[in-house]
Parts: sequence; C-alpha cells; structure tokens
Amino acid sequence: MTGKQPFEAVVAAHGGTVLRVCRAVLGAADADDAWSETFLAAMRAYPDLPADANVEAWLVTIAHRKAIDVTRAAARRAIPVGEVPENTAADAGPGRLDGDLADALTLLPARQKQAVAYHYLAGLPYSDVAAILGGSPEAARRAAADGIAKLRRVAGRIHERSAR
Amino acid sequence: MNIDDLTPELVRAFPAPPAELSRLQERLAAAAQRDGILDVAYRTIDSPVGPLLLAATAEGLIRVAYASEDHDAVLQALATRISPRMLHAPGRLDAAARELSEYFGGHRRRFGLALDLRLATGFRRTVLSHLPEIGYGHTASYAAVAQLAGRPRAVRAVGTACATNPLPVVVPCHRVVRSDGSVGGYLGGPAAKRTLLALEAA
Repeated sequence: MTGKQPFEAVVAAHGGTVLRVCRAVLGAADADDAWSETFLAAMRAYPDLPADANVEAWLVTIAHRKAIDVTRAAARRAIPVGEVPENTAADAGPGRLDGDLADALTLLPARQKQAVAYHYLAGLPYSDVAAILGGSPEAARRAAADGIAKLRRVAGRIHERSAR
Repeated sequence: MNIDDLTPELVRAFPAPPAELSRLQERLAAAAQRDGILDVAYRTIDSPVGPLLLAATAEGLIRVAYASEDHDAVLQALATRISPRMLHAPGRLDAAARELSEYFGGHRRRFGLALDLRLATGFRRTVLSHLPEIGYGHTASYAAVAQLAGRPRAVRAVGTACATNPLPVVVPCHRVVRSDGSVGGYLGGPAAKRTLLALEAA
C-alpha cells in the first residue's frame, strides 16, 4: 500500500488553480480567505477522501461552497449605499486586456462566471461543472458558452482598440 | 492574438504568483496547527552531513532523514504510516533545528527534544532507548549495546535497529561501531558517520 500523497503535495499541485478560481469567482479581495478556508477544510477531510477521487474536482467543489460562504458573509457586512459604484471595467484603461477581462468576468451572472472559471480555469469537464453547480452538463456548457461569448466581445473590443 | 481561445488570457487575468502561494501556504500551516489537524510538520536544514529532513508530530520529533534516504520517499512513507495531513511547517521544528545547529557547531552535547518513537517498535525501540547512554564523544560496540539492551546475543538485531533508526544524529546510532574499532555501516553513509565521530572527538 502506498497510500495518499502528503497534503503538502496537494497544495503544491493545485494551490495555483484554486487561487485563480477563487479570484475569478470572488475577486482578488476575498480570494485569499476563500483559498485558506478551502484548503483548511480539504486538509481536515483529506484522510477520508477515496484514493481514486479526482482531487482537483474535489477542491473546486469545496472552493465553490467556500466562495458562497464568503459572498454571504460579505453581503451581511455590506452597508447599503445610495448610489451604485460605477462599473470598474471602464477604469482599467486601454490595452490592459488582463484587467479588462478580469473585470468583464466579474460582471457576469454568477452561474456563467462559475461555469467559465471551473471549466476554463480549472479545466474540469462539464459533467464535473454540472455536479458542482447543479443542473445538467448541457446547461453548464450553455452557461459557460454564454459567459465566454460576452468575454470574447470584450476581448475583441480591446483587440480593435489596440490595433487602431 | 487569437481571441477564439481565451483560456491563456483568462489564466493571465487571474494570476497565482508563487510568492502569494507560499504566503498562503504559510497561513494554511498556521491555521492547521491552530486547529490541531497538522498531523505531521516538516522542514529541511543544511548540515555538515548534507541536507537533513526533520519531521514532527504533535508528540515530538518523529523522523530525521539523510538526503541519501530520498526525502520525498521518506515523506511518502510518513504519509502512509502516520498521516497524510502533512505540511511544510518550519515552526514546529524550530527547537529541533536550533539544537541540531548547536550540535553541529560543537556547542551541544545532548538533545533535550521531545521524541515520537512510534516508528521503531519492539526490540529496535529498546535498542534506540539505550543509545543515549553512550555519551557524547564516546563509542560502543554492537555487542556492548546488545548487552545494554538486555539481549547480549542479539548483536545482529542491534545492527538492524541502528540501520533503521528513524532519528539519526539525535538518537546517536553513529556512536555504535564494530568491535575491531572500524566505524561500520551507517544509514547516512560511512562518511557521515566519520564526520559525526570526528565532530564529537574535537
């Protein structure tokens, strides 16, 4: 019996992907907390994880739940404001594709954002994405496609702008 | 730029810089320690006998390993035998690292560390528990240690206990030598054994 690899190896192998996913779904400000909560919960449960489990899908599933917790906690803390702050995507400046794409993703509806993050950033197949989000793999694929279509329009606009 | 495949752009848009990940890893190690789920903590230190892996449970130091033992293999064995809830977490090994550094600097003659001896069982454990009786700068033959351990004819078993010592340097199996005065085998290699004996003779 070789047994499970040390949890440190799990952090080393998947820490980066989970951080990208947390940043995409929550934004940079709350991503660190979600990452920490995710790996702490994962470490607690690690001895009981079946040896043949897909570790990355398992971690993204935990991250998804932790992101919901963090969002709820933030909503409870939030003080209502009279005026909604302006769309930050406009502040990123021309030619900053990374920042613009990040902002554009942040503005997607939650399901589209999550489907894009879990499929494109974490590389999970739509069957796994569907298991996390609920609904069918086809619905997960549609949500990701809708999200990507909007991001592509943003990318195209920036592309034109920088080509001018 | 190909705007059909956005994946590389998305990956760049949500970076995961190594410095940030190592900061998060440290935060995780601290939280795991606080929550009592860090079953095994480890770190490596440099020493005159090469890099040494140090690992500790909540009870104490459980493993010291030479590079020749293959640190990755040692960690995997600990994950299997003790627990996979294991992180690089230098904090728990601070005292061990400090005492070893003092020892290698010639300023420490005995270790005051809590030890977790569960990797050694039965007669092997009995042998290890007697090794600290061989004082700093002294040596004893395998036969003499067999005597100390209460089984004078188990000379070969003493050799096995030393060869499988999970806590070399700290539990001084390097002080056990052949009756003819030659240094004999050592799990860290004969050169490491000679280095330690020379250090203690200085």
